Amino acid sequence: MKVLRALAVAMLMIVAAASLFPQLITGASYARQFRELPDSPPSRQHWLGTDDLGRDRLSRLLYGTRVSLLLAPAAALLATLLAALIGGIAGFEGGRTEKVVMGATDLFLSLPWLFLLITVRAAMPLNVSPGASVMITFALLGCLGWAGAARVICSAARSVAGADFILLARASGDGGFRLLWRHVLPNLRPIVLAQFWLSVPAFILTEANLGVLGLGVSEPLPSWGSLLKDLGTFDGISASVWQFAPLLLFVLVVSSFHLVLTSEELPA
Amino acid sequence: MVLVLLGGFAGALLVRFAPGFGTDDAELDSRLSSQSIQSIRRANQDQAAFATFYFRYLGNLVRGDLGQSRTLQQPVAQLLCERFPATLKLVALGLGLGWFLGVSFAIATIMARAAYLDVVTGLFVGVLLCLPASVLALLFVLARLPAQLLLAVVILPKVYRYSRNLLVSSAALPHVLTARAKGLGEWRVLFWHIFPTVAPQFVALAGVCVSIAFTAAIPVEALCDIPGIGQLAWKAALGRDVSLLVNLTLLVTLITVVGNSASDLLKRSPSLEVA
Repeated sequence: MKVLRALAVAMLMIVAAASLFPQLITGASYARQFRELPDSPPSRQHWLGTDDLGRDRLSRLLYGTRVSLLLAPAAALLATLLAALIGGIAGFEGGRTEKVVMGATDLFLSLPWLFLLITVRAAMPLNVSPGASVMITFALLGCLGWAGAARVICSAARSVAGADFILLARASGDGGFRLLWRHVLPNLRPIVLAQFWLSVPAFILTEANLGVLGLGVSEPLPSWGSLLKDLGTFDGISASVWQFAPLLLFVLVVSSFHLVLTSEELPA
Repeated sequence: MVLVLLGGFAGALLVRFAPGFGTDDAELDSRLSSQSIQSIRRANQDQAAFATFYFRYLGNLVRGDLGQSRTLQQPVAQLLCERFPATLKLVALGLGLGWFLGVSFAIATIMARAAYLDVVTGLFVGVLLCLPASVLALLFVLARLPAQLLLAVVILPKVYRYSRNLLVSSAALPHVLTARAKGLGEWRVLFWHIFPTVAPQFVALAGVCVSIAFTAAIPVEALCDIPGIGQLAWKAALGRDVSLLVNLTLLVTLITVVGNSASDLLKRSPSLEVA
């Protein structure tokens, strides 16, 4: 399992490096059209060929990977911070505060995520820029994805708040925010980190779902969602192998995120 | 009921304060005069006061009027009645088959106690977990596989992983080891000693799966051309038909709450509590 984990980390680092410096691998911009070469097969100039608009597939794949790999962790960070704040305070305070906050969390959990996302995404103006659309899409994911993690963190905070060392800290005069900041939150760090790592692939998958439905990041900016949408334009499963490169990379990256977590950290 | 109304309120609140609420595609039409654009904006301002918009909507809801779909020009209630049976059929088939396959694979892995089987099913399920429902739908379309089976493929990995982990941990419990030591057969141990222990967790998972299935129905129906509420939600999103989307969100929230409440009730039933 340790070997698999190391391989997954290495895989993520290689993909992240390639997507952060795509100009080292391909000279073409993701939006540049080679109009004389639409739908061309792989060549020395275009390693994965070009799409129907003549854009370099490899370049779009690397830039799309960058968008998803930078913004999914950012959204996961936002969701995890919200969850740590809401769940941590609820679990630490306990009593009525916990009941009210967890009631609100349950309410949030019962909302159908994808329905809400497409509803809010649908309300966005049509002339929104691709940059703004990508920011809004991932910000929405971050704002809507905290509830599950908050439940887990609340339960952990409750057990930490009842521990002997907290009682000792209280007896020493620590209380309120200082107690939460100095004693409770550091002990929640492993759980918060696990929730963060769980959220990243979940957000990548959700963005892909939205992108395939045409409700994700706007063109010409690529993302995994918009790249996977191209699968719908193929003639059949026997389409050229290189056209499945985004799918292969997507599966490799998402499974690497799953493998980074140890079996103890994964939910049942 | 309170939860559903609060859910609808939260959904409508998010929509109301989403960037671009109240704007209309028609405003971008350069052929329209400024008076026409002003009149479109005035028409959309009716929905701007959130409290008025939501309570008027609730009032109409009590009278059974879910409003009119802007894009499809049909009453929302009629659209839901027409589309809901297709989704229900798809979800029921997907849940039934997904559960059957997921639990069967988990039992096979536990009973066979063969490392290779565990690795092969683990890999298969791991790959399925890495594929969003929309991509699976596209692959099904490419491979010309029946779309009705797609939800089962979405549900299967979740059910398999959860039930396998549950069965493995239950199989190591002292009373199960004692039963084995006394010479009970594998199937008898499974049905009499392991299943009763994990039944409450299975019931809880069933509640969660209902919500997963309805959510996955959007890409499945949209991409495989199945005329259900998922496809309706997608069309409404593309047509920016917010009133239809709020109704659909409320309906799916209701189904989720009913599913979770039913699983909670089942978990509290005496037969499962004894287990």
